[in-house]
Amino acid sequence: MTEVTTPQITTTLDGRGSFCPGPLMELIRGMREAEVGDVLAVLSSDKGSKTDIPKWIEKAGHNLIGVFTRDGYDEIIVEKVR
Amino acid sequence: MQRVVVLGGGVGGTLAANLIARKLKRAIARQEARVAVVDATGRHTYQPGYMYIAMGNERPERLVRSEKSLLDGNVDLVVDKIAGIDVKEQSVALASGETLPYDQLVIATGSRIMPELIDDFDTEAHHFYTPGAAARLRTALDAFKGGRIVIGIAGIPYKCPPAPLEVAFLIESELRERGLRDKTEITFLSPINRAFTIESVSEMAAPILEQKGIHLELLAGIAQIDAERKVAITDAFEEHPYDLLIVVPPHKGAQMLIDSGLAPKSGWLPTDRHTLQVKTVAKPAPGQADEDIPRYANIHALGDTTDLPLSKAGSTAHFEAPIVAERVAAGIEGRKPSGKHADYTGKVMCFFEVGDGKGTLLQFDYEHPPRPPKPNKIWHLGKTVFNKTYWHTVPRGRV
Repeated sequence: MTEVTTPQITTTLDGRGSFCPGPLMELIRGMREAEVGDVLAVLSSDKGSKTDIPKWIEKAGHNLIGVFTRDGYDEIIVEKVR
Repeated sequence: MQRVVVLGGGVGGTLAANLIARKLKRAIARQEARVAVVDATGRHTYQPGYMYIAMGNERPERLVRSEKSLLDGNVDLVVDKIAGIDVKEQSVALASGETLPYDQLVIATGSRIMPELIDDFDTEAHHFYTPGAAARLRTALDAFKGGRIVIGIAGIPYKCPPAPLEVAFLIESELRERGLRDKTEITFLSPINRAFTIESVSEMAAPILEQKGIHLELLAGIAQIDAERKVAITDAFEEHPYDLLIVVPPHKGAQMLIDSGLAPKSGWLPTDRHTLQVKTVAKPAPGQADEDIPRYANIHALGDTTDLPLSKAGSTAHFEAPIVAERVAAGIEGRKPSGKHADYTGKVMCFFEVGDGKGTLLQFDYEHPPRPPKPNKIWHLGKTVFNKTYWHTVPRGRV
């Protein structure tokens, strides 16, 4: 089994239980408050987040570290670049 | 004496108070129960009408009535600002220094716009969330002779989700009629990955945007305005130059709910999606399961106030009010809530303007997404009639 090494997470945003676009909005809010270089993890149980959040990250020019399927939810990890 | 205190005189507070008073008519007559509404202004405004001020076919004075005139004769009206809620003491503190004890509390304090969260919003961006702002937008549209119109949204949730799309459609129609359409570029900035939060509505709206030549930009919530360069900047750092900028301002719930420790920083009150009871935890611990959070047995919330994933619209409050009334009355009468209004199903119904005198209807609940019928003139007419007859129907519980 291989476990991808991720940098230390600065902030975890728990969007579980909220529906699209809740987790994406949580991330956008979190990004505004974060510093460049911070690593944010968004937890989401909404299926749409797995596609919508990486698209926004790409558009905003941040660094998507990975999308991980956890027990009943997804964890999307991103580094604030700008 | 059982005391019911309803905070807020909007659609939700007014209708809930009237329905509660009706259910408790006998207890009130026997002086065993009292119902009071607390409202800061004592005036009830029909906010869906604001958009029509901007579109040139509504007047602000027609959208306001005295709250007292809409309340059942058995409901007391307290005109005062709400300073805070003390759930341990079961009391509401008012700005005047008075304290109102309650046995049953209904929170319907709504949402507030926060344009000040974005620099230069007030000088650069138009909106239609106050009568004054809507009138200023009308003046700007009258003076508009062509150029770039950017319509966007600065944060979700906001009041009346279809409104910015409706405004885009209605402005496009108007400009065509005025012969300015070919001199105008219209861009609609959606903060999410589709035109509208609800997928089925998005599937209806996106082709209409395309057909009307309105450019749709996705994942483009407005984060900043550069007043000097006349550019709207999205939260993904993309820039959209404008000659006329229309932005839905950021929204939050009541500050008093945050200060009272009942709501998180957003101000949206954690509320049970079926019972409409307020949750006892403002912000759950990471991973804390919703079912493990106790609810206040005697505090209910409705309308824009809640954190429910539903439209912030009068319609939501309208369909939630009978559930709140049944549950409050049951609490007073010492029985279990019963009948079709025992639990909320997420029912919402609202009209959606698409321009050219046409509209459609969005009707949905937690289990059934909307299936909007093909836009036609009937639904536009339906919205017009609803707006005109509102005062005699909704607040009094006649529909």
